[in-house]
Amino acid sequence: MSSSPANPSTRPRRVALFVTCLVDLFRPSVGFAAVKLLEDAGCTVDVPALQVCCGQPAYNSGDRATTRAIALQVIDAFEGYDAVVAPSGSCGGMLSHHYPGLFDDDPASKARAENLAGRSYELMSFLVDVLGVKKVAARYDGAVTYHDSCSGLRELGVKQQPRGLLGSVQGLALNEMKTPEVCCGFGGTFCVKYPEISNAMVAEKTADIAATGAGTLLAGDLGCLMNMAGKLQREGSAVQVRHVAEVLAGMGDLPAIGEPERG
Amino acid sequence: MSDAPDGDRAQILGGIRRSLRRGELTGDARNAVQARLASPPRGPAVARAQLPQPEKVALFCQWAETLNATVARVGAEEVPGEVTAYLARNNLPASVAMAPSPLLDGYDWSGQKMLSIRRGRGEGSDQVSVTGAFAGIAETGTVVMASGPDHPVSLNLLPDTHVVVLRESDIVGGYEDVWARLRARYGKNLMPRTVNTITGPSRTGDIEQAMELGAHGPRRMHILVVRD
Amino acid sequence: MESTAHAFKSNVGHALADPNLQDSLAKLKVGFSERRRQAAERLPEFEALRDRARDIKNHTLAHLDFYLEEFERKVIALGGKVHWAPTAADARRIIADLCKSVNARTVAKSKSMVAEEIALNEHLEALGIAPVETDLGEYIIQLRNEPPSHIIAPAVHLTKDQVADTFLEHHAKLGFDKRLTERNDLVAEARYVLRQKFLDADVGLTGANFLVAETGSSMLVTNEGNADLSNTLPRMHIVLASIEKVIPTLEDAAVLLRVLARSATGQESSAYTTLNTGPKKREDLDGPEQYHVVLLDNGRSSVLGTEMQEILRCIRCGACMNHCPVYGAVGGHAYGWVYPGPMGAVLTPQLVGVEEASNLPNASTFCGRCESVCPVRIPLPKLMRHWREREFEKHLTPKAVRQGLAMWSFLARRPALYRRLTAVANRVLALFGRADGRYSTLPLAGGWTRFRDFPAPQPGGTFHARWAARRKS
Repeated sequence: MSSSPANPSTRPRRVALFVTCLVDLFRPSVGFAAVKLLEDAGCTVDVPALQVCCGQPAYNSGDRATTRAIALQVIDAFEGYDAVVAPSGSCGGMLSHHYPGLFDDDPASKARAENLAGRSYELMSFLVDVLGVKKVAARYDGAVTYHDSCSGLRELGVKQQPRGLLGSVQGLALNEMKTPEVCCGFGGTFCVKYPEISNAMVAEKTADIAATGAGTLLAGDLGCLMNMAGKLQREGSAVQVRHVAEVLAGMGDLPAIGEPERG
Repeated sequence: MSDAPDGDRAQILGGIRRSLRRGELTGDARNAVQARLASPPRGPAVARAQLPQPEKVALFCQWAETLNATVARVGAEEVPGEVTAYLARNNLPASVAMAPSPLLDGYDWSGQKMLSIRRGRGEGSDQVSVTGAFAGIAETGTVVMASGPDHPVSLNLLPDTHVVVLRESDIVGGYEDVWARLRARYGKNLMPRTVNTITGPSRTGDIEQAMELGAHGPRRMHILVVRD
Repeated sequence: MESTAHAFKSNVGHALADPNLQDSLAKLKVGFSERRRQAAERLPEFEALRDRARDIKNHTLAHLDFYLEEFERKVIALGGKVHWAPTAADARRIIADLCKSVNARTVAKSKSMVAEEIALNEHLEALGIAPVETDLGEYIIQLRNEPPSHIIAPAVHLTKDQVADTFLEHHAKLGFDKRLTERNDLVAEARYVLRQKFLDADVGLTGANFLVAETGSSMLVTNEGNADLSNTLPRMHIVLASIEKVIPTLEDAAVLLRVLARSATGQESSAYTTLNTGPKKREDLDGPEQYHVVLLDNGRSSVLGTEMQEILRCIRCGACMNHCPVYGAVGGHAYGWVYPGPMGAVLTPQLVGVEEASNLPNASTFCGRCESVCPVRIPLPKLMRHWREREFEKHLTPKAVRQGLAMWSFLARRPALYRRLTAVANRVLALFGRADGRYSTLPLAGGWTRFRDFPAPQPGGTFHARWAARRKS
């Protein structure tokens, strides 16, 4: 990797990875890809052991007390790092945009939540906007299409960053969908609480994906990726589904999401 | 008659004040809101509403045509002839309901031998109306109609075809300029019964979102923009 | 209108199985959002105008009592009357009494969501007064005895062919016995039929987009001109508006108008924007002799000062539903009441009760597209989340969700235990999924696997297990 940050001396060096519970359990390679991208950019990466989840399932189900308890746990676990980076827009957005609002009646915790929020980033945006990474040394042969996950796009402004980095991947061509910004229907617990609506949404998404002719679908959030991969595979599609970090880190030869180990 | 009991009024206003955790506005707070009402702040300036007059006129014509009106730019002496010619071009009857306005009476209609003119309010059977306009809005190609003895509202709505006579000097930039003219003409806080701002012919998108012209109001709007 | 919001899930089933609805929604999804985008791009000041629109509404809400009284003062000075209706029943009674006072037989109505909210038509019909909907979309659904499915395009769920069948059924007795196939012919036929109704109507009833306190004017925005006929031809004009429609001045109206049409239909301007101020003046040649404004509260004043207050900024443009993927999948009727889509998911629980409408704020992925297009920047996902919090507090959250959540949060707060369990889960799941890389069925995940495969975890342990191993080596 060759990166050209604007001012290397002020760059955050000590970075904590917020793995996310889905990556931890289902797709550890996304976490390792994130570590590689961060280390290649000159960061020292730690993975605090006391992390589990950002609290979104409780938060989006209206359970504020549990959310606050989990948020405090995360705030503790990530104290002292220059930056906290998640390979997910929704988890990154939870830390950077939603934690402070949980503590409007508790100034001390609010200050700590704001401190964490100010240091928390989604991976693509951290690499490009903060570290100034412009290209990666990776190769991926074929056409890909990129889905903009909602929280990353609309809360954090993640749009051009992954596209810019993908542009530096050798052999890769980007075929845009007609509506890459429309939700895939995952929505955390939404997809099992309202499966019929979720299905209608993801079916529309897979049709849009198919129409691009791309052989690979990329995105920056594992929840969305698992949803779209599951639907594509149920439909018998051969489109491979990967996290964008994997392709950027040169791990594009791993079995794709929902595909068996080879050999 | 159902005069709303005072209790209902007090209930709503009291409920609002309870929710806002205060009593009736008094003192400085009240003065501040009254001051805002007395000299209304304008919103962010829209650049295309701030052009020099000739460009305003051109922009008005451009938007009016884009939004499905037709425009003819004429001299004052050409107004009656253009009305007759427009009707002929579009195979419309040479019979119009005309607003009884001094502006329109100021043109010489005596040369239009074939044109039958009825002055008064609109009737359900009218095919064509001719009215003046209080103003035109360059920003969106909109004509502004102020109701009054010289301009019955029904003429703006009932006929199939509405011919509007608008002087170039009455074309302003945006809505705010119209409000200023209304205040100057009718007095502060006073208004004619109805101000219609009309942008192109009547239309509907209610069937499959496809725009169709002529829903309830005029199907055609022809604007004569008259040189001063 | 009777709410079926409690039956949201079965409403959804019907909606997804309705091919005509799905055809109509396919058009809606691309049409409205693309036109809005282009309109916003054509006006460089659009984002600044949205900020100001938000500020104007916030200012008004903070001084709502003052502006309502100011508005009333102006209306009375002009010879009109203001009626205060705390509840829907009060509004119905006031309007019925007004109609009776002029022995009204028919009322020409221009589309009003507030009239839908108070179920005005049913009330008038029961009293022998015929309400005639004159907005084309409302007219179509009135003939079909259906509720609106969209706040600005009430018949957007119907295809042209369905409209043609409806017109044939209802207009044959008027001599229109040919089934039409072209949209413009359908529009022309409705125009002809409704024109006579306008001329015959005793009362014109309209809603209002804005009430201007400065002048005592009601402001109405339409494309068809039906509202203008309704407020000009009959001898009585009744404006029915909810209290949060008041704004301070005409200058404020200019800002709101610039964002309203663009957000709603992507138009630079709607065809008709009309200010009505009082009854006909003595020297006027037309216009109503009586002008009444009915101000409806119906629970809104109690929303002020709460975490839901921001919904009162809503100017009813419909952009949130036009851009909502859930609305796009199921349409407006599934929401079960007057206001569908994201704004409805926030407002409906307030107006019909959160017990009745508990599904609505939950049926969202929080994708945020609604908030990103809202002309007055209402944080709709945040407000939906507040409803979920209230439901959780009231124990309205479904039992299965609560139990799952309790189990998960127990674990999430015990990282060491969580780590051990997920290590086992990862191994078990990976083992069973190894052959295919995914599962087509999975215990307890029927909601997922009914429509999708479920990806198996990568073999080799959880990230944390592998990271710990890597650290040791």
